[in-house]
Amino acid sequence: MATELTGQFIPDTNPESVKQRSRIWTVFWILFAITSFEFLVAFTKGPLNIPHILVLTMFISLTIVKAFYIVAEFMHLKHEMKVLIWSVVIPTVFIIWLIVALLMEGGSH
Amino acid sequence: MATVATVEQSQKQLWAGGAEPLKASYGKLMMWFFLMSDAFTFSALLITYGLIRFSHEAAPAAANVVVDGAHKFIFSHEYWPIPEAVFTHFPFTHAHLPLAFVGLMTFILIMSSVTMVLAVEAGHRMHKDAVAKWMLWTILGGFAFLGSQAWEWSIFIVGSENGLTLSETGKTIFGATLTENEYGPPAFADLFFFITGFHGTHVLSGVLLNILIFFNVVTGLYERRGHYEMVEKVGLYWHFVDLVWVFVFTFFYLV
Repeated sequence: MATELTGQFIPDTNPESVKQRSRIWTVFWILFAITSFEFLVAFTKGPLNIPHILVLTMFISLTIVKAFYIVAEFMHLKHEMKVLIWSVVIPTVFIIWLIVALLMEGGSH
Repeated sequence: MATVATVEQSQKQLWAGGAEPLKASYGKLMMWFFLMSDAFTFSALLITYGLIRFSHEAAPAAANVVVDGAHKFIFSHEYWPIPEAVFTHFPFTHAHLPLAFVGLMTFILIMSSVTMVLAVEAGHRMHKDAVAKWMLWTILGGFAFLGSQAWEWSIFIVGSENGLTLSETGKTIFGATLTENEYGPPAFADLFFFITGFHGTHVLSGVLLNILIFFNVVTGLYERRGHYEMVEKVGLYWHFVDLVWVFVFTFFYLV
């Protein structure tokens, strides 16, 4: 954690705090911009005849980018110890496994 | 001598409990592992949605028609509907606004995530009033989201004016229940209720936890304790709820 738990009151005007808060708002604007862009694509994919596979890839990768910002910055995981980061990230391979397993199962008939 | 003494002492402390090898408290770690298990549950629900959707026929091009210059989508039990044809309503207007309301809900939830992380930041500085202020905004955001979801559910359940007339029986269906659905195969409505309902239940419990934390902030409990770590732990949960919505938004509404 960037600010240590000092147990002391620090006002809003503290430069370190001002910097942290501007970072929080930057992340907000990134999330906002990505979501707006997704909407733009959702409404122009028909008239512009964008191939479905391209739209799908775009939506999924943008969702992962948004997830990264929420987990890394808002949930602060990026600033935790490496062991903690990997203990949280590695088990998500089971989700990938489930996707692959069910897609193969679903396509088998 | 001094180094040996320190090593001995730290060895002792390591086994006496309270040591934090991951530089995160027990409660925070457990919150992370709980959220991980919750992520598996939500993934299972969303992957199930994908599986069931792709085991149905996709909407044919003929389902998109133009009536009086306006684009319309013809619903049928024969094929899966496209989400932007189902969620087209917005409060206080009869205009046809596909996905606009879901966009608003997404914005509300991201915004409440921002106010939550601002509360955590203020907690690091022991700034009681600022923590209380941002917690209150977060709670308001949570209620706004729940209200929006209730509205969306009621529109979905009540259905359209004309409903869907089934060709085989001649019966007309209005809206959706767990067994009947005017927007397409009944499984579409079931998955809608289960996925957004399970997420909504998470939002509801998040709001209740936030209210509890807000109460403890205002009464000065954390001030006396000397840290606002509880705000951080509940904050993790709240951000996770936002994170899940990002995925629900993509895989239920956009794709």
